[in-house]
Amino acid sequence: MPVKTIRQALQEALVHEMRRDPRVVVIGEDVSGGAGTEGGRDAAGGVLGVTKGLIKEFGENRVIDTPITESAIMGAAAGAAVTGLRPVAELMFSDFLGVCFDQIFNQAAKFRYMFGGKARTPLVIRTMVGAGRSAAAQHSQSPYHIFTSVPGLKVVVPSNAYDAKGLLIQAIRDDDPVVFCEHKLMYDLRTEVPDEAYTIPFGEANVVRDGDDVTVVALARMVHYTMEAAETLAAEGIECEIIDPRTTSPLDEDTILDSVERTGRLVVVDEATPRCSMATDIAALVADKGFTALKAPVRRVTAPHTPVPFAPSLEKLYIPDPERIAAAVREVHGFAR
Amino acid sequence: MSGSITAITMPKWGLTMTEGKVVQWLKQPGASFASGEELLEIETSKITNVVEADAAGTLTRIVAQEGTTLPIGALLAVIAPPDTPGADIDAFVSQFVVVEPTDAGEDAAAPAAPRELQVHGLTLRCLEMGSGDGVPMLLLHGFGGDLNTWMFNQPALCDARRTFALELPGHGLSSKDVGAGDAAHFTDVIDAALAALEIERAHVVGHSMGGALAVSLAARRPERIATLSLLAPAGLGPEINGGFIDAFLRASRRREASEALQFLVHDPSLISRAMVEEFLRYKRLDGVEQALEAVARAWFPGGQQAVNLVAALRALTMPVQMIWGRDDRIVPVAHAALASPPAEVHVLDDVGHLPHMEKAGEVNRLIRTIVR
Repeated sequence: MPVKTIRQALQEALVHEMRRDPRVVVIGEDVSGGAGTEGGRDAAGGVLGVTKGLIKEFGENRVIDTPITESAIMGAAAGAAVTGLRPVAELMFSDFLGVCFDQIFNQAAKFRYMFGGKARTPLVIRTMVGAGRSAAAQHSQSPYHIFTSVPGLKVVVPSNAYDAKGLLIQAIRDDDPVVFCEHKLMYDLRTEVPDEAYTIPFGEANVVRDGDDVTVVALARMVHYTMEAAETLAAEGIECEIIDPRTTSPLDEDTILDSVERTGRLVVVDEATPRCSMATDIAALVADKGFTALKAPVRRVTAPHTPVPFAPSLEKLYIPDPERIAAAVREVHGFAR
Repeated sequence: MSGSITAITMPKWGLTMTEGKVVQWLKQPGASFASGEELLEIETSKITNVVEADAAGTLTRIVAQEGTTLPIGALLAVIAPPDTPGADIDAFVSQFVVVEPTDAGEDAAAPAAPRELQVHGLTLRCLEMGSGDGVPMLLLHGFGGDLNTWMFNQPALCDARRTFALELPGHGLSSKDVGAGDAAHFTDVIDAALAALEIERAHVVGHSMGGALAVSLAARRPERIATLSLLAPAGLGPEINGGFIDAFLRASRRREASEALQFLVHDPSLISRAMVEEFLRYKRLDGVEQALEAVARAWFPGGQQAVNLVAALRALTMPVQMIWGRDDRIVPVAHAALASPPAEVHVLDDVGHLPHMEKAGEVNRLIRTIVR
């Protein structure tokens, strides 16, 4: 089976769905990629290269470049969705959420409910999350927990190319607004990806690694750091079961609780800040519904409650790493009352 | 002397296996064993299974200790007559280490890749293994199966002949258009695939629905079929586990898929998380759901088998054997009696609907016997 990057997997998903369904359109800042440059349109394929080739095949009526105004992009996309198109809108950096939060939070997320189920809002918002490029405090955050806290939004946080393709196709076919969070350091990660179209259901976690000692729930880039930590820990005789929820809303509670039922120990790893975050949410879930299975306190490995630092040395300390994950697992594993 | 020294090497199970881990040796150095005895247990990223002895011998030296992970083709142990001098064993091992890994390494880098046949406007995946002058062998998987159905069999059966595992329409990575999805259509497709492969005559091994298709093919082209080995074949009676078919069609999540797949085997631990994931990856492909539903409607409407090939089977004149698990929860073993004679029937204990995986060594031996 061919091996592809997350970037290629996302591009393939867009092409599959745009060919399959003429209602699917792409809208955002420079999604045609290169307008106004020497190379012209499609020279770059969008700021991330994900939309490369789309303008050539589908034309400017379906690949819509916008001014730099997130509120207009999200407003236009939400309106188009509720009136019959299936837009894939790009919010380049999720950090820019603030300027278009009304369109997402108070409009798109509410239509189905406010109109008594008669309106559907098949909108996908693709957006970048993640620190690690010294992009400083305004371009490095991971606010998927903010989207997750909004009823009416579905939230996807993929960790590999196979999942990215299947989840993006599912997002486009879904009749509700979906926020699709792409980690900016992961576009070149490769895995086997079928050429065909396929969907991965929302709310179905992926068990990345089997283990009987400690359950570790991790998202996006943290899945890979946790796998590194698990190799180190396995050599010490500690076997981690690693769960990647893949979607934070809906959240696959059963897979997490079933695993904790067996291991009795939980570590949650999250690149986002710790307050009101996915790490906190999942810790609360297990404290609430899995308390009797717990043999040790739940540990969260997260960023600190601060903005993301610009200085590379500080940013490195900010992001959870395999050593911190391994230390938390050791602590939970060694805990005795 | 060294001619009687042989190696046990890391097997290759399935298309994606590149390495395996020695979990446990079931025989200790110095122990003698008969053909078919279990020698060791190997774990891959997908499955754990035992390696059985091809022939009687003595386990002279274990090279790969428990817990070690090695590439396919790597030396695991040495089999030699009890009186073989230690120096000869040493020589064998060092020679193996120096010479063989290069070959094994190249094999590992370029594993046998399935080819794509164009038949009736469809693209069908076909995995060819082995060479030799023997009459070739065609392997037909069952409903919802794929090339991996034969991961424990094709590598063992390809030593004297070319073997071809075919992926039927709607299955694996073959085209998803199944036409009417019925026995006549699939028989047309298989017949055309044999022509495309330029196979004049073949031994046919079929599992479940693939067993029924083997009978259907043999009835249509008796001159082209040398022998039939039918593993828990469909098409011999009305009963089938309709609950399984429904669960199999419905499953889109891990838990449902795992529950459905466990119906297939006597020992549920054979259904690993990786197997469930592989099954889900197949089921998620566009077109698979519709394809499987069309096939199920044609073959198992209302939880009963619609295809009946008892008369066709009884009219066959080539050697036919049937291999069935006593604990088959999909197609009842009682159906074997409906076709015996003329078929020779082998019922295996502690085996469910997948005898070729659950008792691979035994099934491989039975198939070797009939094709000899």
